Amino acid sequence: MSIGQTIGANLPALQVVTPLLAAPLVLLLRSPRLAYAVTLAASFASLAIAIALWQQVATMGPISYAMGSWPPPWGIEYRVDRLSAFVLLLVSLMAAVVVPYSRTSIAREIPADSHTLYYVMFLLCLAGLLGITITGDAFNIFVFLEVSSLSTYVLIAFGRDRRALVASYQYLIMGSIGATFIVIGIGLLYLMTGTLNLVDMAGRLAAGGTSRPVLAALAFLTVGISLKLALFPLHQWLPNAYTHAPSAVTAFLAATATKVSVYVLIRFYFTVFGESLVFHKLPLPQIMLWLSLLAMFAANAVAISQNNLKRLFAYSSVAQIGYITLGLSFDSVNGLTASIVHLFNHGLAKGAIFLLIGGLVIGIAKPGAVPPAPTFDRLAGLARRMPLTSFGIVLGGLSLIGVPGTAGFITKWYLILAAMESGQWWLVAAILLSSLLAVAYVWRFVEVAYFRAPPAGQEERCEAPLTMLIPAWLLLAATFWFGLDTSLTVGTATEIAQQLVRGQ
Amino acid sequence: MSGFGSHFSYAVTVFLMIAGLFIVMARGNLIKKLVGLSVFQTSVYLLYIAPGKLIGGTAPIVASGYQIYSNPLPHVLILTAIVVGVATLALGLALAVRIREAYGTIEEDEILERDVAS
Repeated sequence: MSIGQTIGANLPALQVVTPLLAAPLVLLLRSPRLAYAVTLAASFASLAIAIALWQQVATMGPISYAMGSWPPPWGIEYRVDRLSAFVLLLVSLMAAVVVPYSRTSIAREIPADSHTLYYVMFLLCLAGLLGITITGDAFNIFVFLEVSSLSTYVLIAFGRDRRALVASYQYLIMGSIGATFIVIGIGLLYLMTGTLNLVDMAGRLAAGGTSRPVLAALAFLTVGISLKLALFPLHQWLPNAYTHAPSAVTAFLAATATKVSVYVLIRFYFTVFGESLVFHKLPLPQIMLWLSLLAMFAANAVAISQNNLKRLFAYSSVAQIGYITLGLSFDSVNGLTASIVHLFNHGLAKGAIFLLIGGLVIGIAKPGAVPPAPTFDRLAGLARRMPLTSFGIVLGGLSLIGVPGTAGFITKWYLILAAMESGQWWLVAAILLSSLLAVAYVWRFVEVAYFRAPPAGQEERCEAPLTMLIPAWLLLAATFWFGLDTSLTVGTATEIAQQLVRGQ
Repeated sequence: MSGFGSHFSYAVTVFLMIAGLFIVMARGNLIKKLVGLSVFQTSVYLLYIAPGKLIGGTAPIVASGYQIYSNPLPHVLILTAIVVGVATLALGLALAVRIREAYGTIEEDEILERDVAS
């Protein structure tokens, strides 16, 4: 076999191994400049591999890769299907956008002697997230989950405010409890089925019927994963973590970490347990529906009253997660399509917004000083000082609201279709009403940035550096592209949803 | 054996699980919270390992005279989980040290008070 063929056959392993091996390499190199170069190369290589995998899956169907040539179900299987290829693409795309951005951003936000460590942790987090997505082994999911979580805690603690430490500690406690719940669930499933391979497990669960430990496993997994994806009452770690983490970290986490957790939830619900168990034996759809509605209204309402722009959009993330879980609760092709599309669309829009806020805090900082928190009193008249950044945040906000022409509209459209399909017309009203709340918090920014005069003596232009604006505007362009041309996102998501929701 | 006797290991597991989770939630001291978290995580080790052991079972090596084998896979899994637990604990303690340097206390309520005050 030629080298090209060998690489082509081992792409699933390379997807995870590339960032995983780059991490210790970066640590050994020490020099921040080399560390940046290696991280950049590794994240672009990941993106290239994800695209190649995407094409392989599109032409040849799902890939099953036996790690170390141990055939499944005994060995660890890496499994790439349309859904995992889609999430791999999102995660590696965000990494490739955030790494070039973070060089300028962390130069101001993180002490110079920690820059190398930042890149190490970033690579480990990326490897963990890609690993969760690609693996077909239940215990392997837990291991990669902890790889990404532990590095996330460190990334959050890089924040300059001392509250970043407390936020990181709180997330560590909540995250570890969530991960332990997931291991308990996986342990119970292993006890009942005797296998850890997800596909094998699904087969044996379907044959073995439902017993009480299986239902307990379902409950443990649901609670554990919900903690990780910040489903409404379990979201307390998220606002603090997003607010106090460095800007580049917030952008990367907001766009990927919770999305990968949603992927794990979909994987367990639809691939392992099968919808008959999840949606007919337990009142999960009703619980999901009400928690999602609470998230959409409570979190959006709380977002309106925030005084810190980062915290405002953090609460908005909790609300947007509500839309994703709402789509799941319908148990229909349209509902699941909405969830999967929103993973991608919300990742793009929220990633762009947090990247722009990173540029914004540098703009309002005094030269050489640590950037301050983006509180509203510091943002008055910002549109005149940073027109591109302010306009970008407003455009991202339009996608959060779901204005036609943006990617956010596509999601809401499919959610409303799913609600009408199930005959719950009041839900249509609820979805529209919660979007109005989003209008309110985006308007708060517009009002302060566009209609208030800048403080005296601070009228000069202070636009964010281009290295930070370009990545953010690329994501914004994608938000509008996928709002108009939905063949990639909706096309894929519908296909996935039809496969996952059986019997339709 | 039937009833409680055969489920003894599960009873211990559930007790440790609830005790650990209770400590995490009820204590305000950052170190005590981590102790609780460790107890909680350790209970899961039992959940995996205890059912893998058969009384009278040996290591799974084919040899004449031995018919009953214990399942070795849970041990391997839990070895990984122990490493993860140690890493989590180390990171948590490191954060506690940093928090003490920044706030001068490791009591949760005092930390919140000092954030409000500043």
